[in-house]
Amino acid sequence: MAGIVGYGAYIPRNRIKTEEIARQWGKDPATMSRGLLLTEKSVPGLDEDTITISVAAGQAAIDRAGIDPARIGAVYIGSESHPYAVKPSGTVVVEALGIAPDVHVADFEFACKAGTEAMFVALGLVDGDRVEYALAVGADTSQGAPNDALEYSASAGGAAFVFGKTDPLVDVLETYSYTTDTPDFWRREGEFYPRHGGRFTGEPAYFKHVIAATSGILEKSGMAPKDFRHVVFHMPNGKFPQSAGKQLGFTKEQLEVGWIVPTMGNTYSGSSPTGLAAILDIAEPDDLILITSFGSGAGSDSFVLRATSLLPERVKRAPTVKEMLDGPRRYLTYGEYAKYREKIILNT
Amino acid sequence: MREVAIVGAGMTRFGELWQSSLRDLFVEAADEALRAAGADHVDSIFVGNMSGGQFVGQEHLGPLMADHLGMAGVAATRVESACASGGVALRLGFIEVASGMSDLVLATGVEKMTDGADVTNVLASAADQENEVYHGITFPGLYAMIARAYMTENDLTEEDISWVAVKNHKHGAMNPKAQFQHEVTLEQVMNSTMVSDPLRLLHCSPVSDGAAAVLLCPLEQARKYTDRPVRIVGSGLATAPMALAHRPDPARLDAVARSAERAYGMAHVTPGDIQVAEVHDCFSIAEICCIEALGLLEREAAVKGAVTGCTALGGRIPVNTSGGLKAKGHPVGATGIAQTIEIFEQLRGEAGDRQVEGARLGLTQNMGGSGASSVVHIFEGV
Amino acid sequence: MPSPRYWREIPNRFRLEAARCTGCGTVAFPARTICPKCRGRELESVRLSRHGKVVTSTVVRVAPDEFMMEAPYAMAVIETPEGARLMTQVVDCDPDTVGPGMEVDLVFRLIRKEDHGGILCYGHKAVPVGG
Ligand SMILES: [Zn+2]
Repeated sequence: MAGIVGYGAYIPRNRIKTEEIARQWGKDPATMSRGLLLTEKSVPGLDEDTITISVAAGQAAIDRAGIDPARIGAVYIGSESHPYAVKPSGTVVVEALGIAPDVHVADFEFACKAGTEAMFVALGLVDGDRVEYALAVGADTSQGAPNDALEYSASAGGAAFVFGKTDPLVDVLETYSYTTDTPDFWRREGEFYPRHGGRFTGEPAYFKHVIAATSGILEKSGMAPKDFRHVVFHMPNGKFPQSAGKQLGFTKEQLEVGWIVPTMGNTYSGSSPTGLAAILDIAEPDDLILITSFGSGAGSDSFVLRATSLLPERVKRAPTVKEMLDGPRRYLTYGEYAKYREKIILNT
Repeated sequence: MREVAIVGAGMTRFGELWQSSLRDLFVEAADEALRAAGADHVDSIFVGNMSGGQFVGQEHLGPLMADHLGMAGVAATRVESACASGGVALRLGFIEVASGMSDLVLATGVEKMTDGADVTNVLASAADQENEVYHGITFPGLYAMIARAYMTENDLTEEDISWVAVKNHKHGAMNPKAQFQHEVTLEQVMNSTMVSDPLRLLHCSPVSDGAAAVLLCPLEQARKYTDRPVRIVGSGLATAPMALAHRPDPARLDAVARSAERAYGMAHVTPGDIQVAEVHDCFSIAEICCIEALGLLEREAAVKGAVTGCTALGGRIPVNTSGGLKAKGHPVGATGIAQTIEIFEQLRGEAGDRQVEGARLGLTQNMGGSGASSVVHIFEGV
Repeated sequence: MPSPRYWREIPNRFRLEAARCTGCGTVAFPARTICPKCRGRELESVRLSRHGKVVTSTVVRVAPDEFMMEAPYAMAVIETPEGARLMTQVVDCDPDTVGPGMEVDLVFRLIRKEDHGGILCYGHKAVPVGG
C-alpha cells in the first residue's frame, strides 16, 4: 500500500486562554478549564483562513517530501470553514504551491472529519496508480458561537500529508471507515455559527463512531491496542479522546503525544491530523500509530500507520507541531479575539 | 525658442471651501489671472488636476473649464501627473508659448478634495496600485518609509523633521491665502497623533480645495499686460521608478535631482544662485529630501535647515515662504501653480510680510506620488 | 478588486515569480518584459526565495478602510537574496519592533477582502525569522 511521503502542520500564533473566555461570560474559569481539560486555544490572524493554513501546512509537507510539487496529481482540502461557499479553496492552494495545473482538486466537508476524508481519498488514488502523489489537507478556522461551549475549543490550524509509493516516511497498513446519519452537530447554508445537540454529541455520536471505527480497524488488521506506540483520536475537547481511549483499552502514554488539544483547542478538520503530525515529529522507525477521526453527521475514519527509517531525518525540514504550539505566541483579550474573529459589526 | 513670461496670476484661498465646486474654484482663479493682466482672450488653457474623476466624478476638464470661463471653443487640455499636475501644466504652457504655437496661455491647477470622496484611497492611486496599494500602504506610509530610510543613512531626528512644520506654519501665518494662518510649536508637532511612524499628523499637508492660475505670453509681448513680468528661465521634468521598492535607494529622490539638473542647465544657473524656493513639502520629510536633491543645501545643512533658520524667512535660502503645502494647503492639482504664484509675487516684490528682500531668482519644485515625477521651474524677475 | 485584475497577478502574488535579465542579471519583481536596468529583452522566470531582509519600514496607524481592522500594522520594503525588492506587511509580531535589517520569511496570507461578498485577495506577507 502507498504511504505518507511528506507531512506538515501549521498553527497560528494567536492564542486565547480558556479563563479569558470564561470571565467574559461570568463563568468560573477553573471549572470551565477543568471540565473541558482545555487551557488555551489557537486563534487565526485576520489574514489567516483555511486556504492560508493549507498552503503553510502543504508547503511543509512538500518540503519534507522533497518532491517537485508539479508531480502531485491530486489535492483535497478538508475543512468546514472554506472561505468561499462557492469557489474551491483547493484552487488557490495548488496555484500557491506550484502544483497547478495538471492536478485533480476538490474541497471536502464532513464536519470535523473532512481532513481524514481527504487523506482516505488521496491514499486510494495513489494506491490505484491513478496519480503519482496526492496531497490531503485537514484545516479549519473553526467557528463557535459566543457563549457556546464550542467557543472554548474552536480553534485554528491544520495538517497536510503527501501520499506516494516511493520513499515513504510512514507506511499505511490499514484503513477503516464507519458512517451513519446522526444529526449531532450541523450548520445550515447561510448560518454563521454551527449548532449542536448538546449531550447528544457524546454517546450516540462521538463515542459510538470513534469506538466502532477503532474496533473495526483493530479487528481488520488483527492488532490489539497494546501493539501501538501512539494513538490519536479526534479532540473536540480534552476529555472525549481520553475517555474513548480508556474505553478502547489504550493507556494515557499511548495518547499523550497526539493529545495536543489542551493548548491548541479543537481545529475541527485539522484536529486529529495535527495530532498525527505531532506524533510523526517524534516517532521512531517501526512505531505503530493509530488515528481515528470523528466528523459529526456522523462518521469516523481510522488508519493504521507504521513509521519507516526515513522519518526521523525528514522531521527537521519543517517546523514541528510542538515548536509552533510552544513557540512565539500572542495572547489576546476577549475584545481582541472578538475583533480577530470578526464578531464585531462595523459601520463601513 | 521664444522667451516666456508670466504676466498675471490668480488663486483662491486654500482650505475647506464648502461653498465652491470644482468649476467654481477654477473660474475664480482663472478669471483673477486674466483680469490682473487685462486679457480678454487666451489661445489655450492647461488644467492641472490630479483626480477630478475620483474626487467628484468629473473628467474631461479641458472643455468644462473653458466653457465656464466663457471661452468655449478655445484649446483646453487637462494635465495629470498626480500632485505634480499643476507644475506640469505650467511646463506645457511654457513649451506652447516658447514654441510659437500660442501667444497667450493660461496654465492652471485645480482640485476639489472635500466633497466626500475617500481621500486616502484617491491619493493612493498615485502610488503603484498592484505592488504597493494592494498591500495596504498609504501616502503618509510611503513618505514614512522614505523618512526611515533617510534616518538610517543620516543623522536625522524626528525633531529635525518637526522643525520644518514649525517653520512652514510660521510662514503660512503671514499668508492670507493659506489654509492654516497660525503658528504651531515644536511640542505641538512632536505630540501630534502618529500617522505612520515616524510621521505625525502635523508633518502632513492637509486635505484642501483650491485653484490657481497664471497667464503666460512671449516676453516680448509681456509689457502689454504688466509692468513687472516674471521670466521662466528654466524648466525640468523627470521621472523615477513608481514603486519605492523599485528605486535603488528609497531615501533618495532621483526624479527631483534630475528635474533640477535639467532646469538649472536650461537657465544657466547653479543652485547657489537661487534666492527663494517653493519646495514640495507634502510631508515635512519631503522638504528635507528635496532641498538636498535640489542642491540648495548640502545634506547636513538640509537636515538642519529649519532648525537653524537657514530655510526660514531671513535665512540663507528661504524655502516655502508661502507656508508650503503644510500650512498653505495642498489641493493637489493646484499646488504647482500656487508655488509658481508665490515665486511670481516674491520676484515682483509683492509678497508683503513674507517678502524676501531683493529676490531676483526663484525656484519651484513640484512632485508627484512618492517622488516618481518631479518638475522644477526657475524664474527671474525682469 | 475586479477579478480579472487580481487573477492576472497570481504568478507574482502566489508564487513570487520574478524575471532575471540574462544580460545584466537584474531581477525584476514582478516580472517585466524589458529589463529596468539595461533594457534587455531576454528575461528568464525565477521564483524568489521565501525570505529576505527589511530595507525600510513604517507602522501604518491611519489605515485605508480595507485595512482598518489590522491597524496598526508594519509595512516594509523587503530585499530577497536574489536582489529583488517588494513591499509587504510585516505581521505576527509587535509592529514597533520592525526596522531596517530585520530578517523575515515570506508567508502566504490573505491580503484584502473585497466588500459585499467580493473576492478574497491573497499574496505574501513577511514574518520575522524566529518570531
Ligand atoms: Zn538587464
